[in-house]
Amino acid sequence: MSDRLRGKYCIAGIGESEFGKLDSQTAIGLKLIASKMALDDAGIAAKEVDGIISQSSLRLGELLGMMPLSFVLDLDLEGATAAAMVQHAVMALEAGMCRAVLCVLGGTDIVSEEEEEFYAPYGMFDITARYAMAARRHMHRYGTTSRQLGLIAVAERTHARLNPIATLKEPMTIDDHQGSPWAVEPLRMLDCPVQGNGAGAFLVVPKPRAKDLKNPTVFIMGMGQSHPHREILDSASLTSTGAKVSGEIAFRMAGLSLSDVDVAELADPVTYAVLVQLEDYGFCKKGEAGAFLETEGIELNKARIPVNTHGGLLSCANVPGILHITEAVKQLRNGCGQRQVPEAGVALVSGSGGVMSTHVTLILRK
Amino acid sequence: MTKVPQRPLPRPTPESKPFWDGCRNRQLLIQRCKSCGDLRFPPSLLCPSCSSLETEWVPSSGKGEIWSHAVFHNVYHPAFERNIPYVVAVIELEEGVRMVTNIVGCSPDEVKIGMPVEVFFDEVAPEVTIPRFKPSKAEESQVRTDEDQGPVLQR
Repeated sequence: MSDRLRGKYCIAGIGESEFGKLDSQTAIGLKLIASKMALDDAGIAAKEVDGIISQSSLRLGELLGMMPLSFVLDLDLEGATAAAMVQHAVMALEAGMCRAVLCVLGGTDIVSEEEEEFYAPYGMFDITARYAMAARRHMHRYGTTSRQLGLIAVAERTHARLNPIATLKEPMTIDDHQGSPWAVEPLRMLDCPVQGNGAGAFLVVPKPRAKDLKNPTVFIMGMGQSHPHREILDSASLTSTGAKVSGEIAFRMAGLSLSDVDVAELADPVTYAVLVQLEDYGFCKKGEAGAFLETEGIELNKARIPVNTHGGLLSCANVPGILHITEAVKQLRNGCGQRQVPEAGVALVSGSGGVMSTHVTLILRK
Repeated sequence: MTKVPQRPLPRPTPESKPFWDGCRNRQLLIQRCKSCGDLRFPPSLLCPSCSSLETEWVPSSGKGEIWSHAVFHNVYHPAFERNIPYVVAVIELEEGVRMVTNIVGCSPDEVKIGMPVEVFFDEVAPEVTIPRFKPSKAEESQVRTDEDQGPVLQR
């Protein structure tokens, strides 16, 4: 992605549905709520938005009253989808295909035919098992411990307690983590996301359109994708992710580096995914994230760069990726109250899916 | 008498049928590209290395080592309830391909990355045999896994 796009587009509005066990709400209903909130937040009418990126996007746009649409895209990069939406929105705007793009994402659960044929007969269910194997390799190679992973869960819970919309607010200690039952060993229940549903949304518009809007806009400075593999059977490594390469691309585009970052919202499908990204983004050297967590860590008011200030998938809500973006926007708007990172000017956001398979990096600036 | 729930069984596709037929005949067959010779698993229509559609099936030694593993302590499917705790592993065969399988014949705590394992064939249903692995009595496996080098930006 060329640096001529640096800061040319921005996120103008954000929306977040309720989260949790929402039996009375349909998936499309949650997306509609989040979408409406994003439009209201920007102060832009649905009719003025002529682009949409989501899943089952066209019907969603129709139900939102956005028709006729100029640009419609259904996107699925699993956990990296939301971050990739930003790129596709910018591309569509840059290409002149539309004037504004609404991006919407809710929870999904898909099992492939390949998994049914070659995993299920062995009792291998749930993505957690693959993350467990990934964590096992890091533990084997670098001596990383379950306790060190627990420090991520504890930090995110601490943040969630300061976030009014977070699902889990009970205090968590490292002993609580260590006493939590196995999900799939070596990952514990408290290494895994909170259960429940929800949706998030954001709106991308060109810079000139940002001038007369209701709330401050946040500029998209850098973006990068890197997808090293899809299946665990074909992965060169589960001790690194696409964060390294996509991060280099995004930082280069932004003309910034990690030293400029004030807050990071990193994909956390399990605790281990955060640990690896700390290494891949350069918070610490490869193999040293365990020790890094024991010293500097990722917690507000302690770490130089607090990570997952909303509580992440682990403690806020399991809505893959999109709440990392809305939280980053909130931080850069100085709208996070008790969990506000002082003078947050630059945010690093990541999305990751599969099993350390898909990866997207975003650099946002106020 | 309690009926054991039906476990998930592989449903062979045109691409994978030779693999499952091989298992029924107590042979671990791996798909090989006729054009470039690359081995691949799971079976698929074309070669990811050279895009050739021409394939053949070659027998594996059935020996390999643990690449990584996870221990299931919870019931995700009722058919596996009586197996808990059980080990699901990714093993790397001597020939270089990986597959998901179970490790049996030792306690979950004894399973380690790099541990040599060998195949045995388990008839899990009439006409359905799946390959599982157990600790190998043989000497050190010859498998060499690439170290954890992440991808590097080439620019």
